[in-house]
Amino acid sequence: MRLFEQPAHVLHDMLVKKEITSAELTQDVLARMDEVEGDVKAYLHVTKEAALVQAKAADEKIARGDAIAFLEGIPCAIKDNICTKGVPTTCASKILEHFVPPYDATVMTKLEKEHPVMLGKTNMDEFAMGGSTENSGFYPTHNPWDTDCVPGGSSGGSAAAVAAGTAIWALGSDTGGSIRQPASFCGVVGMKPTYGRVSRYGLVAYASSLDQIGPIARDVTDCAHILNVIAGHDEMDSTSADAAVPDFTKALKEDVKGLKIGLPKEYFVKGMDADVEKTVRAAIDKFKELGAEVVEISLPHTDYAISTYYLIAPAEAATNLERYDGISYGERVNGADVVELMTNTRSEKFGEEVKRRIMIGNYALSAGYYDAYYLKALKVRTLVQQDFTEAFEKVDVIMAPTAPTPAFRIGELVSDPLQMYLQDICTVPLNLAGLPGISVPCGFSSKGMPIGLQIIGKALDEETILRAAYTYEQTQDFHTKMASIGGKNA
Amino acid sequence: MKVTKKDLDNVAVLSRLSIPEEQADKYMGQMDAFLTYVENLSGVDTEQVQPTTYALPMQNVFREDVVKPSLDREAALSNAPLKEDGYFKVPRVLEE
Repeated sequence: MRLFEQPAHVLHDMLVKKEITSAELTQDVLARMDEVEGDVKAYLHVTKEAALVQAKAADEKIARGDAIAFLEGIPCAIKDNICTKGVPTTCASKILEHFVPPYDATVMTKLEKEHPVMLGKTNMDEFAMGGSTENSGFYPTHNPWDTDCVPGGSSGGSAAAVAAGTAIWALGSDTGGSIRQPASFCGVVGMKPTYGRVSRYGLVAYASSLDQIGPIARDVTDCAHILNVIAGHDEMDSTSADAAVPDFTKALKEDVKGLKIGLPKEYFVKGMDADVEKTVRAAIDKFKELGAEVVEISLPHTDYAISTYYLIAPAEAATNLERYDGISYGERVNGADVVELMTNTRSEKFGEEVKRRIMIGNYALSAGYYDAYYLKALKVRTLVQQDFTEAFEKVDVIMAPTAPTPAFRIGELVSDPLQMYLQDICTVPLNLAGLPGISVPCGFSSKGMPIGLQIIGKALDEETILRAAYTYEQTQDFHTKMASIGGKNA
Repeated sequence: MKVTKKDLDNVAVLSRLSIPEEQADKYMGQMDAFLTYVENLSGVDTEQVQPTTYALPMQNVFREDVVKPSLDREAALSNAPLKEDGYFKVPRVLEE
């Protein structure tokens, strides 16, 4: 087995025991990148030289006999909408093609204290708008399990890198499912923490009331460790939760006896892929075997969640993306006057999906339509949230598929934006309600594509979903399987 | 069609986007399909429902107003497409 196949916690132990060096590990992952990155295209920017310097520093520390942090010397990848000081951050948009942030996002400041090895920045749907990474302004990313399929999105590059072995773990962001759905499509673990659990400072804003940064990793143990590092209140983000941060690794216990699991009937929708339903139900049966109690519940406003999300997110995006005016940063396309300069810049540099969402957002916010669309959506958001509040009076966690289908083929949905939006039915309600959710691999389709089980928790109760996910993970080995890419076996 | 050419033009101006004539029908059609889809919200009774703007029950978040180091001017200008003497440079805004 090669080093790039191992989770961070195994590699950390090997580093501590001096069985490997960070340089060997980093070289192995970089060699894997040489083998498969041409087929996968998970990265937008690779920081090879800096990575080798970071690896050397970790090795010197270990050689001196100094203690190392959990993520120290372990290669990782960062989604390209997270600001990295001195390293390009493009959001996969032509409008930020040459943008180099003069500051670090809070998650990067926190990570730097752990001294991980950063391999580079990963591809995504432009400004995180999409669920397939086909909306990247540069090139699409391919699913390592079948390179004709999408990796999901918008954190498709991060999920594909972890699945391909070109990163050990990664950070993504999730506004309507953008961590969980690509994790599901790529057969890795992805977690969206509670809204506010992780600071958004330095995360390029898409929809500020929904965006949340989270980990993508090989297994649940790594997720808990990464969350420990990035979680916490931050005065630079006034929406970050001022709540105590537990040691999430303490939740990694095999114990679901008596755990009450709710299955929302609205999430097992008509048109759901048969393999997905079978696989997810089998996973839930496993919880029953382990002593959990499973009850059917109803989240009656689920049918309205897509409409609600696709009004609120574009409205917030239309406002957030006003800043790309060709003046203070980003690209500029000249015009005769300032308004023409702004219009030319935005028209030429934004991609189609971004333009579509900005226009829908401005339409929903404009005079005469505000009450009927935007305000209405905010009210229905309250009802979606109440559904969960009522459900969590009866159950401890909610389980459902992460996505209604396995990864679809590149180009399959791209011409029909509405069909693409309907893919988000099982993920967007959590963002509207601010709840944490984790996607864990629970099997494969008949065509060999990964399928994810989604576990949803109460606000600020990441511990219970980590415990449930960890317990399930011990019963199977789906998460340890690696994709064979273009005949290049792991 | 819910979305007229006038609506599209209006929203394009608000968005500081120019939509080429030959793409207008495509955008109008897609916006129309979208607005038809979200019509389902009008069937939800929200008479007594308060809007939710943030998922967490947070209201005013205050902090002490103290001076702290912030991004220096050179760093703040480092990504400017055009700058001069420590300022962003734009085309003339006011008429002579």
